[in-house]
Amino acid sequence: HWPYCEKRCSYCNFNKYIPRGVEEAAMQKCLVTEAQTLLRLSGVQRVESVFFGGGTPSLASPHTVAAVLEAVAQTAHLPADSEVTLEANPTSTPGSRLAEFGAAGVNRLSIGLQSLDNTELRLLGRTHSACDALRTLAEARRLFPGRVSVDLMLGLPAQQVGPWLGQLQELLHHCDDHLSLYQLSLERGTALFAQVQQGVLPAPDPELAAEMYQRGRAVLREAGFRQYEVSNFARNGALSTHNWTYWQCGQYLGIGPGAHGRFMPQGAGSHTREARIQTLEPDNWMKEVMMFGHGTRKRVPLGRLELLEEVLALGLRTDVGITHQHWQQFEPQLTLCDVFGANKEVQELLEQGLLQLDHRGLRCSWEGLAVLDSLLLTLLPQLQEAWQQRTPSPVPGG
Amino acid sequence: MSRRRAPCWRQQAAPRRAAPSGCFRSWYLGRTTRGLLSSLHRVCLSPVHRTLPGVPLKTNGLCCCCLSVPSLDASIARVMWTLVGRGWGCARTLARWATGAALGPAPTFGAAPESWPTCRVYSSAEFKEKLDMSRFPVENIRNFSIVAHVDHGKSTLADRLLELTGTIDKTENNKQVLDKLQVERERGITVKAQTASLFYNCEGKQYLLNLIDTPGHVDFSYEVSRSLSACQGVLLVVDANEGIQAQTVANFFLAFEAQLSVIPVINKIDLKNADPERVENQIEKVFDIPSDECIKISAKLGTNVESVLQAVIERIPPPKVHRKNPLRALVFDSTFDQYRGVIANVALFDGVVSKGDKIVSAHTQKTYEVNEVGVLNPNEQPTHKLYAGQVGYLIAGMKNVIEAQIGDTLYLHKQPVEPLPGFKSAKPMVFAGMYPVDQSEYNNLKSAIEKLTLNDSSVTVHRDSSLALGAGWRLGFLGLLHMEVFNQRLEQEYNASVILTTPTVPYKAVLSSSKLIKARRAVQKNMIFIDQNRVMLKYLFPLNEIVVDFYDSLKSLSSGYASFDYEDAGYQTAELVKMDILLNGNTVEELVTVVHKDKAHSIGKAICERLKDSLPRQLFEIAIQAAIGSKIIARETVKAYRKNVLAKCYGGDITRKMKLLKRQAEGKKKLRKIGNVEVPKDAFIKVLKTRSSK
Repeated sequence: HWPYCEKRCSYCNFNKYIPRGVEEAAMQKCLVTEAQTLLRLSGVQRVESVFFGGGTPSLASPHTVAAVLEAVAQTAHLPADSEVTLEANPTSTPGSRLAEFGAAGVNRLSIGLQSLDNTELRLLGRTHSACDALRTLAEARRLFPGRVSVDLMLGLPAQQVGPWLGQLQELLHHCDDHLSLYQLSLERGTALFAQVQQGVLPAPDPELAAEMYQRGRAVLREAGFRQYEVSNFARNGALSTHNWTYWQCGQYLGIGPGAHGRFMPQGAGSHTREARIQTLEPDNWMKEVMMFGHGTRKRVPLGRLELLEEVLALGLRTDVGITHQHWQQFEPQLTLCDVFGANKEVQELLEQGLLQLDHRGLRCSWEGLAVLDSLLLTLLPQLQEAWQQRTPSPVPGG
Repeated sequence: MSRRRAPCWRQQAAPRRAAPSGCFRSWYLGRTTRGLLSSLHRVCLSPVHRTLPGVPLKTNGLCCCCLSVPSLDASIARVMWTLVGRGWGCARTLARWATGAALGPAPTFGAAPESWPTCRVYSSAEFKEKLDMSRFPVENIRNFSIVAHVDHGKSTLADRLLELTGTIDKTENNKQVLDKLQVERERGITVKAQTASLFYNCEGKQYLLNLIDTPGHVDFSYEVSRSLSACQGVLLVVDANEGIQAQTVANFFLAFEAQLSVIPVINKIDLKNADPERVENQIEKVFDIPSDECIKISAKLGTNVESVLQAVIERIPPPKVHRKNPLRALVFDSTFDQYRGVIANVALFDGVVSKGDKIVSAHTQKTYEVNEVGVLNPNEQPTHKLYAGQVGYLIAGMKNVIEAQIGDTLYLHKQPVEPLPGFKSAKPMVFAGMYPVDQSEYNNLKSAIEKLTLNDSSVTVHRDSSLALGAGWRLGFLGLLHMEVFNQRLEQEYNASVILTTPTVPYKAVLSSSKLIKARRAVQKNMIFIDQNRVMLKYLFPLNEIVVDFYDSLKSLSSGYASFDYEDAGYQTAELVKMDILLNGNTVEELVTVVHKDKAHSIGKAICERLKDSLPRQLFEIAIQAAIGSKIIARETVKAYRKNVLAKCYGGDITRKMKLLKRQAEGKKKLRKIGNVEVPKDAFIKVLKTRSSK
């Protein structure tokens, strides 16, 4: 996690800071240290993917990116074909810098394009123009062919369905094989939230956003994209390995201020998966890394049920859903059918065609995927109930 | 200038401050900003008259309202009104009163500071010994009350009188000493009347001045009428800035009909915008009291307060009672003390009472032995005896306030007397459902309600249950404020969190109702211009039209300038219909309402709209309908969800996302299903709470 940005975007509530001057050398050293410490702690042998997120990691120097990758490769096995993604903001002169990142080991780019409408970009507080966005996209595709993703937002205040679909169509002319459609969510504490609260801006209309989403995903399907997750679309198999790991409840280490991780600290002899959060403020985080080798602020052991809940809630975000094999990795005794097969409410969801439970596993239908959060309100309590009925009361400490 | 004298009393400050002998004595908490209270406006809805026993109402409608609105400028002067309840235009009786009380202008009590040290003899430190009340013959006793519109300074004047007579120490902290409940101090209203006996030396004579504080709201008008029946006179306090307001008028007539001497006191003359002359003229015009009889004071600064005491002695007659007759005592208030049982506040009309006497309640015919008698100072101060004309308290082993009902007469065993007129049991006017927010708190709430009703026999309690809200109670209150105060006391004193449903009024048969008033099915009864910029309007309203939000609407329409008062005016017939609310065709029991036929459509529409706002979207469409019989009169639709899924869910979002989902799933368990529609509990509450008839 690279915690710095050039400017605060009006919608963003991430852990980011607008620096007066970054001591990049110190930051780099700490990222390297923490990566090494946490890799050792996890006992991980092989790293499948690395994702440089932020903040705006494309503001970091390519040397820093290279140093971190170097450290990973030294501590664990980092295969040559591992996915190494960098989040990048469009700029007016993207060329040489993107090439340097490529040389540093980055092999996939995720471009925060957000919109092709300059008014909307200003509303979002972005520093780039639509023109910058397309130029950056083209340059990225030249450098990383087939490995470029773009983000497009929908459901902005005052945004209308027609013009937005126009943007999507235009983007389809320029984009590579991966696209993410994100509905704007107004987060407390952001400038946009305040403006909507004060009535300066109209509140986004959820009805219109739903319309954009439904029409958008249909357009992308037509264009040969597979909606492999709620907000993610890929063609030619260009799925993001890294993000796929999140939805499959794989292990991941969070490195940098405020980064989240979920892994079993096997290097420390533990067999319990933990949710970990690193210290938020860059200065404090750096101090801690220098003193202890890492800046982990919070460690929460995840219980077996909690893990299953995550398997369920995250797995259903993907188009394949939860296969029986996948579920069995986490819960060998209780099958998906044991849990959900007999429940009346689940049955209703199956009958309504929102959910599918068959020989492959449990997954959302095309219609169901759009209302997954409503489905989970039925599925999660059912999982809890089945869990409590099946397992004898948990042994203390176990 | 009076501050010089303060040290004489200050040394006695400590013991008084400890105070809490009973349950609800939070004395020195101070009065917080009223703006904190959500239902602020209704707080001010405090009149004092409803039904005065023995005085038949002339109006035969449902509810008379008094509105008083001062004008902002000439152009809108027409909208300004003030208005009175009943008995308006009894010029003859008014004149009779005027002669009775016209004793000429009160002499200024310039010697007051010098006379203070003599008062000190009776201040609290001396009360360790039991007082001999026989030292106060009837002719040296004055029983009086202070009445005023909300915020005109009643309690502040009481504080000054208490200080002046050395009853309480003169400190900076004497703020509404008689308002003991936290709710009273916060809202600046008096709920539970408090009484104080003041000992005052004037021209060589020792006087016993009994200040009988009264609750200031129509909800408690029965209590007020009982308190007043123990008085011979009242101080009618009017704000020098605001002038006569709705309750001023109501209070005046209450006192006037009880044939009490009325001493007008114009308060707050220290304020920048004070216009005492204008108020004098108003008083002369409206009440027919010569303007030179008004006493102009500033209770806050203590200016001219001595002359109020002087006027009390000179203008209020002593009680007409007989010490020689057998005991006849009026119960005008009662409180419950968990250690001593019921403490009944009594006024003796005849005879003597002392410890060990056997007394009988005329209402219950139960016999008790008196354990303790005394005066209120304002804390209980035991005395040997109480004599006719005096006011004090009595403890006689009564275990429940119902045994000491307000208005009841006490007499000596085997010496029965004619009970004092006017007694009646409290009759609730407003009903509301009360439910614990969480059903697991049912038992706590139950015990809190039981404890609180120990002190307030006028609340009726019936167990009730609602499909949406679970087990609870249906409570009957004397009025809206009474209900809110009860609720607030539950929250403040018992830390109980409750859901209160929309209050309803009793429908015996049926009820028949500027724009606001017309929309409220009102009938104009009277209109009187008090002066060039204030008018008083009198209307007949169905109680159900004003019970919820009339006052809020009135206040906002008049930018806060109008004041309002109401009294009960009996039942009338009206065309009412039962209206059902349906969710996808299934009736919602909680929302079945009785409405006036003409308003069914607008109310039905409003309820549907409200429900639409508070129903979460679901995976299918929800039809919300209002129906009379099989006829649908209003409909709203909650559309099905087309998208409900968090857009971004990556490493950092997962914990948050899971938490949110689990909280929602937990909430879903608490939803009530009506047919296939899931309804959150608070959806009903929102609809019930804010249902308006606009």
